[in-house]
Amino acid sequence: MKNVAAVRYNALIKHWLWYFVLPVVLLALWEGAAQAGLIHDYTMPSPEKVMKTAIELLADGTLVGNMFISVVRVIEGFLIAFIVALIIGIATGLFPKFETVTDFTLQILKPIPPIAWIPLAILWFGIEETSKIYIIFIGAFFPIFLNTVDGIKNIDKKYIELAKAYEVSKWKVIRQIVLPGALPFIMTGVRVGLGSAWICVVAAEMIAATRGVGYMLMDGRSLARPDMVILGMLIIGIIGKLMDDGLKKISKRIIRWN
Amino acid sequence: MTATILQVSSLTKKFITDKKERTVLSNIDLSIFDGEFVSIIGPSGCGKSTLLRILGGLDTSYEGTALFQGKRIAGPARERGFIFQDHRLLPWLTVEENIKFSLPDAVEHVSDLIDKNLELVGLSDVKKAYPKQLSGGMAQRVSIARALANQPKVLLLDEPFGALDAITKIHLQEEALRLWEIEKITMVIVTHDIDEAVYLGQRVIVLDTNPGKIKKIHSVELSVPRSRMSPDFHLKKDKIYEEFFQETEKPFSYTI
Repeated sequence: MKNVAAVRYNALIKHWLWYFVLPVVLLALWEGAAQAGLIHDYTMPSPEKVMKTAIELLADGTLVGNMFISVVRVIEGFLIAFIVALIIGIATGLFPKFETVTDFTLQILKPIPPIAWIPLAILWFGIEETSKIYIIFIGAFFPIFLNTVDGIKNIDKKYIELAKAYEVSKWKVIRQIVLPGALPFIMTGVRVGLGSAWICVVAAEMIAATRGVGYMLMDGRSLARPDMVILGMLIIGIIGKLMDDGLKKISKRIIRWN
Repeated sequence: MTATILQVSSLTKKFITDKKERTVLSNIDLSIFDGEFVSIIGPSGCGKSTLLRILGGLDTSYEGTALFQGKRIAGPARERGFIFQDHRLLPWLTVEENIKFSLPDAVEHVSDLIDKNLELVGLSDVKKAYPKQLSGGMAQRVSIARALANQPKVLLLDEPFGALDAITKIHLQEEALRLWEIEKITMVIVTHDIDEAVYLGQRVIVLDTNPGKIKKIHSVELSVPRSRMSPDFHLKKDKIYEEFFQETEKPFSYTI
């Protein structure tokens, strides 16, 4: 008879095997294509070459430096967006008058892609940090804002009736019904917002920057080094996934009643 | 037990749906006495829940008068506890936080109050649990504890056991009777279950539908604790049963 722990352990191993099958196959195909001479170093370098570049750029510190500056920008812009979007979102969800006043303006601003703000941001704030943080702010604001409003509007009216039956104060209703009730939505908005912030930082860095992973891509292009470009792209993907994983964990912890 | 605590006279309630006016309750006159246990029973759509919601102050647009201790009911109040069909515990608060949520901010000895009332419903060990960890019956007990912690003078129960399985339902009915005896609170229960109405109520108000009006008031002179086996209990049940299926099809009746 097998014990439960062993069965569970086996299932886990199976899960991770399946999880990594596709990336390993893709990597093998890529390497195979390079070995067979189907792809060339000056357009699509082999995985081996990319790996070498990674080691080289890690050794001289440029890779870590670029990653660090991009992550710091995202965190700064994202935090500002989070606070502002939460405040405006709660106000919109709670006060119909506020929604009426702001709705048209926000609906016009919403479809403008964050990237479309880049020219104006550069004119306003130059090519230093502020312009990037502004673009990130725009990118993260709307997902968090929209989800916060939806979350508040989706709160079961039964709970509001319950609060009425017990003569619970408005402030307590906001703190103990509205905010926790909207939290799952808000966390979804936060995850989408952070993803968008990460996309925005790369876009902003590609257009006007002297550091960051986005800059690394453009630098690689002008130096005719596709290995640097591919490495940069992989780093962007990996960091994006890690940040989302982190948020998923946090989200699970704070929404522990589900 | 002679003082009137809830009084309703010439109460009429209309709903307007799709520009059509529908009278849900028509000309209801009813007095409920202090310390009484009253069951209100009727077919669906007879307005029994609406009547209870008016007594609870959750529905305030009505014609006629609805008085609590001689004062017009203009809104909900803690002294009139309301138990909904769903337990309505906030999923993000633990059991004790849920009870605390319902209490006035000025209340002292909150944790004693919570302990005492959870003990009263037989649930001392679930204080830290979240609602989803409780069974339906346990959750409804917590909602009763929550209402009792507010020291209501009247407890209004809106089909509180309707969503529970038969056995849990019987347990909770016994519990309700026991609490009524200990706490001496006036209780009004709305139900569509004849058995439940007779088992709990000292009086059973039978409502008629379209429009909802009082058809008959039965008094149930059975001793507490009640026995579901006694012939008196069955006799009373049969009488009310006939009320609903008068003259129309009367299924083959049996006696044990």
